Amino acid sequence: MIRTESLYKSFGEQTVLHGITAEFKAGKMNLVIGRSGSGKTVLLKLLVGLLEPTEGRIFYDDKDFGSLSKKELRKLRMQIGMLFQGSALFDSMTVEENIRFPMDMFTTMTEKEKLYRVNDCLTRVSLTGVNKNYPSELSGGMQKRVGIARAIVLNPKYLFCDEPNSGLDPKTALTIDELIQDITEENRITTIVNTHDMNSVMETGDHIFLLYQGRITWEGNRNDVLHSTNETLQDFIFASPFLRKLRDTAILNGKSI
Amino acid sequence: MDFNLLYNFGRYLMLMNAAFSRPEKWRMYYKETIRQMHDIGVGSVVIVVIISVFIGAVTAVQFAYQIEGNLIPMWYIGYIVRDTTIIELAPTITCLVLAGKVGSNMAAEIGGMRQKEHIDAMEIMGVNTASYLIMPKLIAALLVIPMLVAISAFLSVMGGYLAVVPTEYLSSSEYIQGVRAFFVSYNVFMMIVKSLVFAFILTSVSCFQGYYVKQGSIELGKASTNAVVFSDILILLADYVIATLLT
Repeated sequence: MIRTESLYKSFGEQTVLHGITAEFKAGKMNLVIGRSGSGKTVLLKLLVGLLEPTEGRIFYDDKDFGSLSKKELRKLRMQIGMLFQGSALFDSMTVEENIRFPMDMFTTMTEKEKLYRVNDCLTRVSLTGVNKNYPSELSGGMQKRVGIARAIVLNPKYLFCDEPNSGLDPKTALTIDELIQDITEENRITTIVNTHDMNSVMETGDHIFLLYQGRITWEGNRNDVLHSTNETLQDFIFASPFLRKLRDTAILNGKSI
Repeated sequence: MDFNLLYNFGRYLMLMNAAFSRPEKWRMYYKETIRQMHDIGVGSVVIVVIISVFIGAVTAVQFAYQIEGNLIPMWYIGYIVRDTTIIELAPTITCLVLAGKVGSNMAAEIGGMRQKEHIDAMEIMGVNTASYLIMPKLIAALLVIPMLVAISAFLSVMGGYLAVVPTEYLSSSEYIQGVRAFFVSYNVFMMIVKSLVFAFILTSVSCFQGYYVKQGSIELGKASTNAVVFSDILILLADYVIATLLT
């Protein structure tokens, strides 16, 4: 479980996050949704330690992230996997080298064990036979899969995904969402996903936080979305007239979306 | 250009401090160092060869022009070419050129990694990115650049030979007599000191520029340009300081 307490983040005069207090549930898909510029990426970067909070604290299973020793921090980092918006695969390395990089750097596994683990992870993300390909030779969806494979190679306890389906077609985006959800459930990972994709929200949102202008203005799950009276949430999820019509029809007929 | 000198100097020192911390795994650093040695060394040989031959040739021709008709013996051409290249031209010109080729490449490579979140990805894994990305480059440069400078000095002397012997300014034996005259091995020491200092400057400054690059292609271009400009200025400054201290 990951918990934040009154988290503030400012860049100079501009305050991006205003006292975020949230509890991200263990073994669940925790979605942070919100419009562009609402502070989602900043929150994610604070959670993984890429940025330091101006004020407030972050807890990983009741351990204060800010007061961990170097050794504890390194141990925790090995339990964290992250999928970046642009996949962040190392261009000069092949798919196999990308996935085995964390193992090469931090484990004493044999070459055989590493190769087995690489192939295992690639099979898990339904991608085989691309070991020797370079990231530039793969499609966007395939790169995301490799990114997921690299993120889970050390069997993380926490998985962070920054807009995992941006730039993908709706079908591929859904496949990536399902993959992340399956991995989360299989391994009981605490997953936090930043997204502004409406499909992701409705398909995978076990626990959803709506971030609006640096504040959490709504919290619930995908079943609560339809009947929520939160205007910001409704404006965000049902942004187009078509979706609003669909929602109204569903409510009228007593169905869920 | 950023004139906040103290702030940037402080950041540079902190980055260098982080770059020289204990590696997570020596084997990975070793592999990266070998890769960098190949990139810096093999990748720069052609440009160093071309420049060195021409530097030697031009030095020889110009000196021949200046002493022609004077009382200074013509075989001094070989002596002058040898000493000017060893003491000054080989380390300085080679490193100025390498700042343009290798330095801008390093700044662009690290800057690109910053922009494409590769550095963030490594940080999250727990990698000390300053160390992993900079230390192998520095070690590789400190090993390879003095070798390139030595090659450059040798080729410059050869370039001088090619410029004045076939054109009959002086005979082959006269040129070789000049090259062998008044040899002071301390000058070679000076050349090595210069090449080590310049190699450190061009690598560390270029890595610094790339490491702190902001988003956008303009910023990446700026970092690459700054890497060359600042490296060149600092190399020339260091050249003067070393010349003052060691002569």
